[in-house]
Formats: sequence, C-alpha cells, structure tokens
Amino acid sequence: MTMRFDLPEETLAGVLAKAFSNRSFLIGLAITLLIVAVALISFVWTPYDVTRLVIADKTQAPSWVHWFGTDHFGRDILSMVMVGARNSIAVALVAVGIGMGIGVPLGGLAAARGGLADEALMRVNDLVFAFPALLSAIMITAIFGPGAVNAIIAIGIFNIPVFARVARAGALAIWTREFILAARAAGKGVTRISIEHILPNIATLLLVQGTIQFALGILAEAGLSYVGLGAQPPMPSWGRMLFDAQTRMVTAPWMAIFPGMAIVVTVLGLNLLGDGIADILDPKSRRRR
Amino acid sequence: MKLWKTILAAAALSLAAATSALAARTDLTLGIVLEPPHLDPTAGAAAAIGEVTYANVFEGLTRIDDNGQVQPGLAESWAVSDDGKVYTFKLHSGVKFHDGSAFSADDVKFSLDRARAKDSLNPQKQLFAHITDVTAVDPTIVKVTLDGPQGSFLYNMGQVAAVIVAKRSADGNKDKPIGTGPFKLDHWAKGSEITLVKNTEYWGTAAALDKATFRIVPDAAAAVPALLSGDIQAFANMPAQDALGQIQSDPRFSVVIGSTEGETILSINNKKPPFDKLAVRQALASAIDRSAIIAAASNGLGKPIGSHFSPGDAGYVDLTGVYPHDIAKAKEYLKEAGLENGFSATLKLPPVPYARDGGQVIQSQLKEIGVNLQIIPVEWAEWLSQVFTNKDYDLTIVSHVEPNDIDIYSRPGYYFQYDNPKFNDVIKALGTAVDKDKRLELLGEAQKILAHDVPAVYLFELPKIGVWDAKLQGMWTNWPIEADDLTKVKWTD
Amino acid sequence: MTAYLLKRLIIAALTLVLASMVVFAIMEVLPGDPARLMLGLNASADQVELLRNQMGLNAPLVLRYLHWAGGLLRLDFGRSYTYSVPVIDLVRERVAVSLPLALIALALSTIIAIPVGVFSASRQGRAGDTLAMGAAQLGVAVPNFWFALILIYLFAVWLHLVPAGGFPGWNAGIWPALKSLILPAVALALPQAAILGRVARSALIEVLNEDYIRTARAKGLPYRAVLWRHGLRNAMIPVLTILGLQFAFLLAGTIIIENVFYLPGLGRLIFQAITQRDLIVVESIVMLLVAAVILINLLVDFSYAIVDPRLRGRQ
Repeated sequence: MTMRFDLPEETLAGVLAKAFSNRSFLIGLAITLLIVAVALISFVWTPYDVTRLVIADKTQAPSWVHWFGTDHFGRDILSMVMVGARNSIAVALVAVGIGMGIGVPLGGLAAARGGLADEALMRVNDLVFAFPALLSAIMITAIFGPGAVNAIIAIGIFNIPVFARVARAGALAIWTREFILAARAAGKGVTRISIEHILPNIATLLLVQGTIQFALGILAEAGLSYVGLGAQPPMPSWGRMLFDAQTRMVTAPWMAIFPGMAIVVTVLGLNLLGDGIADILDPKSRRRR
Repeated sequence: MKLWKTILAAAALSLAAATSALAARTDLTLGIVLEPPHLDPTAGAAAAIGEVTYANVFEGLTRIDDNGQVQPGLAESWAVSDDGKVYTFKLHSGVKFHDGSAFSADDVKFSLDRARAKDSLNPQKQLFAHITDVTAVDPTIVKVTLDGPQGSFLYNMGQVAAVIVAKRSADGNKDKPIGTGPFKLDHWAKGSEITLVKNTEYWGTAAALDKATFRIVPDAAAAVPALLSGDIQAFANMPAQDALGQIQSDPRFSVVIGSTEGETILSINNKKPPFDKLAVRQALASAIDRSAIIAAASNGLGKPIGSHFSPGDAGYVDLTGVYPHDIAKAKEYLKEAGLENGFSATLKLPPVPYARDGGQVIQSQLKEIGVNLQIIPVEWAEWLSQVFTNKDYDLTIVSHVEPNDIDIYSRPGYYFQYDNPKFNDVIKALGTAVDKDKRLELLGEAQKILAHDVPAVYLFELPKIGVWDAKLQGMWTNWPIEADDLTKVKWTD
Repeated sequence: MTAYLLKRLIIAALTLVLASMVVFAIMEVLPGDPARLMLGLNASADQVELLRNQMGLNAPLVLRYLHWAGGLLRLDFGRSYTYSVPVIDLVRERVAVSLPLALIALALSTIIAIPVGVFSASRQGRAGDTLAMGAAQLGVAVPNFWFALILIYLFAVWLHLVPAGGFPGWNAGIWPALKSLILPAVALALPQAAILGRVARSALIEVLNEDYIRTARAKGLPYRAVLWRHGLRNAMIPVLTILGLQFAFLLAGTIIIENVFYLPGLGRLIFQAITQRDLIVVESIVMLLVAAVILINLLVDFSYAIVDPRLRGRQ
C-alpha cells in the first residue's frame, strides 16, 4: 500500500481534537501504553522471580497463586510474560532504530543527489528485498549465534531498506516544493536543506512506518525466538515460551495461550496506533476510513 | 462438539474391531526422532542410521542383544587362539545379500579391510585398530589376527559400524542399502518415512512382520497425538515429556523404561582456569542437585550416576554419594580455591532437550553458589567444531552414548582436556586384560578415580522410554546399542 | 518499452549474481565443519581431512564459487553432503509439498479476503465494516505459528479430525495428503487474508469514488452490478500486486509452519540443512527462492508497465 501525505497544515489543537475522536488511535495508544507500563513495572516488581526454577511446581494450571499457571520449570507464566514484554519491546525498538538511523539518511541522500547514488541505493535495496527476510535472519543468527543482540541485528538489517524507500519517496515529493526552491535560492546546501526542511516534513510518514515496523519487529522476534534463535535463557521471551509450550499443548495449553495473547495484543495495539496516526494526519482519511 | 467426539470415537472403535477380527497384523509403523542422513552404518556416525538398519538390514559377524550380550551373527561360531591374538570365525552358509549375490568369507575380508584402511571413513575406525590381518581361509572360514589380546573384540564386531557389506554394492549403500538382514529397503520418502519389507530369501528365522515403516517424528508435540491416534504403534525411545503419565494410564499401550549407554554429563574443560583446580570442580559437583535435573530434563526417569559408567553394565559401582548435594560444602570448596565470590563461565548447550532443559536447571543451581553461567545454545555442527574439536568451551552438557567408553578420559586431545597418569595406567591395563574378574576390578577402579577427581560432573544415565501398542511383542527393553532390532517383533491377540 | 524491459531484465540478472555471491559468502563464514558432523565423535582428524578433500571443501574459495555458480547456470545444483543424492532430486520432492501448500494457502486467503473486502467497502463506516476490519486487524496481529498451535490443539488433539503433523506423501493418495495440508494452509492463510482483505477494501473504496463509477451509477445500474463488475475489476491491480508478493512470501515463509507441522517441505529442508551444515543444499535453495522473488517482482513490474505506461519513466 502506498500512503500519500500532505503537509499537516492544521493547528495543533485541530490535530489533538482529531486524535481524541479517533477510535483506532485511542485504543491503540491505550494498549501500547499498557504494554510499555507492564514492561517498566517488570524491572522493579514481578509476582515471582523468573530466573528461579521450582521444579516441584512444574506445569501447574492457572490458579489464584499463579494467575497464568506455571511452565515446565515451575516458573510463573505471568511474571515471564511481563519480563518478556521488556525483551520484545527492546528488540523491536532497537531494530526500528537501526532501520531509521541508517535507512533514512540513505534514502534522504538518494533523493537529494539522485543519479548514481540513487541508482546504487535502489539496487542494494533490490538485493536485500530479494532475500526472504526470515530465511536471512536465520542465516545471520546461524553465523553469529543465537541471542537477543543478533536477533536485533537480523531484524534491523531488514528495516533499513524499508525506511530508505519510504524516506526517498517522501523526500522526492518534498524536493519539488516551492519553499525548497526558496531555500536553495537562499544558498543553503543540500545537507542543510535535508535536515532543516525535508526531515521535518517526512517525519509523520516515518512515524507511521515506524509503528508498522515496530509491530512487525515484535512478530519477527517472536518467530526467531520460536525457532530458538532469539533471546536466551534465563531471559524470558514470548516466542521462546511458545516454543517450550509447543510440545506440551496436550498437557499444559496455558503455556501457549498467554504468551500468544501477549503477542497478539501488543501487535494489535501498535497497528491500531499506526492506523490512527495515519488517519489523523492524512487529510483524505475522512473519505477512506 | 462433545457429541461429535463420541460419534467419531465410536466409528474409530468399530473400525479397529473390524481389523482385529482378521489375522494378526504384519505391519508396523515406528516413530523415530531423527531422520538418518543416509543408510550406510559404515560411513556415518548418526545414531539414526543404526536405529533403522542394525540387525534389520545389515548384520555383523556377531550381534549384540537386548541385554548387551554378544550373540552369533553371520558367524555361527568362533574359536580364539591361546594367546588371544587369532580369531577363527565359522560363517553361516547359504547367506545371500539383498541383490541376490552370495555372501562369503571374501565379503568379511573386504568389509574389515575397508574399515581399517588408511583412507577409511568408518566413523568407528578405532574398533578395527588392533586388526593386523584378515584372511579368507575358505568361503565359510575367516581368520582375523590382532596385534595383541583384546578383551572386547567380539563385542566390537557386533557394533553398528562393523556390519558386513558386499564389495559390489558398498558404494551405493547410502542410498540403496544392500545387506544380508531379514528386511530390505522398500522406499524412503525423504523427510517423512523409511519403509522396510521382509526379505523372503533370508538365511535365518524369517521375521514375523511383512512391513516396517520408520516415520520421522521429531518431538513430543507430534509424537503424542500420532501415538494416541494409532498412526504410530511403537516408539523405541519416545519423546513423551509431560504426556508420559497420560500414556502410562492408557491400557492400550505398554510403557517400558529401559537403560541406555548414554552417560549424560556436565563436561568440564579441565585445562581452562579456574576449572583446572580440583576444588572448583568439587564445588560444581556439590552444588548441583541431580534429582531436580533428572525431574526437569528426563521426566524423572534417568538413573543418577556418580561416574562415567552405565548402571546396567557389569562392573558398575554406585558413586553418586561421593559429592552429595550440599550448598554450604560447595561454597567451602570455592573458598578453598580462592573464589569465594564466585565467578562467571559459559555453558554451551547442543540442541537436545536433556541439554537445553538440564542446562537451565544447572544455571539456576550454580547461581546459588555465586557461579554465573551464560548459556550459549549451539547446533551440533558448532558443538563439534567449537567444543569437541577446538576445545573452545568452559562447560557443556552432552550424553555420551557410545557403549563402554570410559577410556575417553585417557584419550590424548579429547575435549575434556583431562590428563591423569594414574587413570591412563588403569585404562592401559584394561585394554589387554582378558580375565573377567580382573577386568571388572579395573573398571571399578577407573570409575572411582573419575568420581573423586571430577573431570566432568556426572548427572544421569539417559533412560530409554519404550512405548508401544500393548499387543506388540519383541521390542527391545534396553539400548546397549542404539538399534531397533525388529527380527523378533510380532503382533499378538 | 523494449528498452525498459531490457533494463529491468539486466537489473534482475545482476541482482541474482550479487545474491549468489552473498549467499556463498554467508555459507563460507558459517561456523561448523560438515565433514566432522558426518563422521562423529570417534573419527580422527585425518579421517575428517580425508572426507573434506573428497567433498571438495579444501579447494580454493574462488574456484568453489565458480564451480557452484557454473553448475547453477546449467541447472546442476550439485550433490547434498548429508543425503548424498543430487540436490535437484531433494528439491523436487520438497517442492511437491511446499508449492501445493503455498497455493492452497493463497487460494484460501483470496477466497476469504475478496468477499470480506467487497463487503466492507460496500458498507463503509457501518457496523459490518467496523466488525470485519476489526477482525482483519486481529488477523494481522496473530503470529501464524501460534495460530497453528491452537489449530492443532482444536482439530487434531481434541477432535481427531486431521493429523497433528507429518505428511504421508502423495503416493498415499490425494485425500490423505491434502488432509495433512489443511491445517498448515489455514494457519498460513489467515494473516495473509487479513492483509489482503484490508488492501482489497481500500482499493475498492478508492475505485468506487472515481468518476466513471459515479457515472455508471447515475446511469441507473444497480449498486451490486457496479460493485462487482466495475469496481472489483479495477481494484484488481493493487490486489494482484499484494497477491504476487504474498506468494513469494508464502514459499519462503513456510519455514516456521513446516517446522510446526513436520511437513517435509522446502522450509524444513533448508532449516535441517543449515543445522547439518549441508551447505550446498542451503545455497541452492536460497538461490532458488531468491530467483523466485526476483521473477515475481519482475512480472509485477512488467504488468505495471503494460497497464500504466506513465510508470515507466519513473522507474
């Protein structure tokens, strides 16, 4: 899907008013804040210690003592889901950071310079896009070994061309604007114009893409952890919990249900948030949604 | 939904009743966890090759039975010279390979010479290291000469990698195995199943089964439903995990817990500080709680061990009490080593449940004495190159499934990096000892040295969790070698 | 037009060559020795070296690359280290599982998504639309492997309607084989259907706002006829684009699902091959998948160019 944006020419108050009447945005924001809050709380408090194994309490069904039940090592699943949120958010966020940090300057550069730089960037983009992302992530972790850091790198690499493409497309449209011509006439250099004029004008575009990639990052981290290539024990991760649960679906289905729900809710929240932001900032949104 | 279930169950039952009214079944589908890479036991180390082919497709001069005893195989009898150096084997006559060609002493000579040749790629080449000459005296007599008496020679000749192959088909055995056994390969659907059919020309007692299918079922998630639905009727060693209790209480199945030769140990890099200090190794041994590890990593079924020896084998000494679980004592040992504040180390774990699950338990247990382990999961390929070949590791968990392998602690360059002259002398004496009592005494001594010196922390003996249809008979209880010998398996009513 | 097509073709070929170098380089730095893996714990270093020579692993890097890449050009993929059969045979067996799976999943996702998209677009903003799009949002958020676990639990473990995993092979008959592909296909299709449904809806809404649709309606054509005959046909381009992308994704994206269901497909083979360091198999399959992606992108590009000549200038 391509998204077209015009500059937000409305007042801040207008945007806020729209935001507070946008259902997607409100629900998405609420869920996202909830998950972030849970992750933050887990730093100071969880119902049980997730690194301590209590074999005697293994695979207990949900009860008042363990709301989400326990896993095959007798660890409290609620606590693990809480700490897992931290891991998922960290991996996805840093991966988006890598994608933006490298992809946006590259895309901006390609748009500004055009010609050979542009062509080269697009060819490298083609190359990266030609590899099925999950497959490459598996190969990357096979080389560097499994672990949260390598999962971040593997996911981050695939965010780079995405952001480069979005930034390039957005920037190309802005470069034709009159105020850019004015800035050029005033003697500003390409880099300065890119930073002072282009970047602020594609920020919303990047923000929306950022939430999408954030959500995809959470799913990708879960997938990698599920095949054993993500965060390693004792650090709990949602995908890993699902992997452990897979062989115990018959005897302990709660081991699969709760971490799975956590992933679904988080991704749903982020997607709604992204949709909401796009709606609010896209003048055509009234018609489309 | 409930109603649906009832109707379906009823339908399934009536179907089952209809089939059992006929003659006893002659087909069997077994589940195996790993797919063999190929089917030539003389060319690959993967245990799954032996599981499918040993005794079924390929046979050796001798064979190992369910209890680990040596039985006649292709050799119906043998004689040993007084100096213990020359073995004369009398072979069965009328034996044919699956391609119709006749088996003779020349094939034995070919197989043994090929296995011990300079360019041999036999994964257990050391089994043949003491052979100096193989002579085919006549078509049914083979004479094997050794460089000295060897206590375990007949046992070695019954190993998976010592099976007899024919010269004309040897190179094609990976894909089209041509052996002398009671079953031959019918079809191999790569990635899903291997089907064997009865060899009607078999020289010995014919198998009761007409068809045996080995279906690849990698773990409990698939194994449990496949067993419960009847798709699979037997697992020689089932990845059952927590569902075992449910299966045990189901009268349709027999659950038979047997022993294996798999000593599951926490291997230590004995040359790498601080593990070169005895007190540190003693601290590790005292800090771990075997019962919790066995509960988490082996369904509570593994037998605790205190040294590198299978409790099922002759000569076993129970040494599990040498370092009992004692946190305070473990901390004292650390203090003795000057590490009262603990230390950090890595724990490399291969991709098997006992290691990955056991590793987490050990990580949690050692944390109590201030030893922080960083878990590094590795694939087998990485384990072999990093840990086994390059000795780039602190600690690892692995099950040594080779039978009678206590000598590995004396092998120079072995990945434990353990070098104890006293132990080496015992193993040297064992190599030439033929007298049974003397052998048992030496074995006991070797076990005790290891138990006290802790070149590795001994955890438990891997259990064999046999699960099969209650109407099935003749499956192996134990795994002295990893083989699913189907020659005596049959259905009863 | 010809010049444009030619340029795209050259770029695609270049991408393929670059990709082959990248794949080869990755396999080169992958830790672990396939020879040691095959021979096991008791083999000596000499034996391992011997096998490495036999496998051609000790030849110089460039030579091995040229040998491999040259083979690819002649459609000769070499021999698998572990199975010691030609890679092409392995791939053929596995494609016979993965391709039908991807096709069934694609068909399912289309069958679900298009009616939902049309339904939603025609009731834009009303309760039905909100409900359908809410469900789609949920579908996008569900990890397919988790959904697969739930499906296994419901339909295989609890109801015993379909096998929990494994594949009997096409020789076992069409129905048993199809039966074991149903759950994996559903698990793959749902998230794809959710995405496709959203695309179909917004594409259709866009089209329905075009002038010629208004004209058609003004002429008195019934709404249904306009919706299906004019609207959907014109909304097909973005939908087909996504479909093409999804097909490429499905072919490769079955890795996890095939592992969940123990299907002997391409994804499982490649996963196994990586862990067994069957480098030649990994290299060949990755190249095959990359080539498939490039080919599909090329076709999409071409169809764009044919439909909308203005795009050619922009590429």
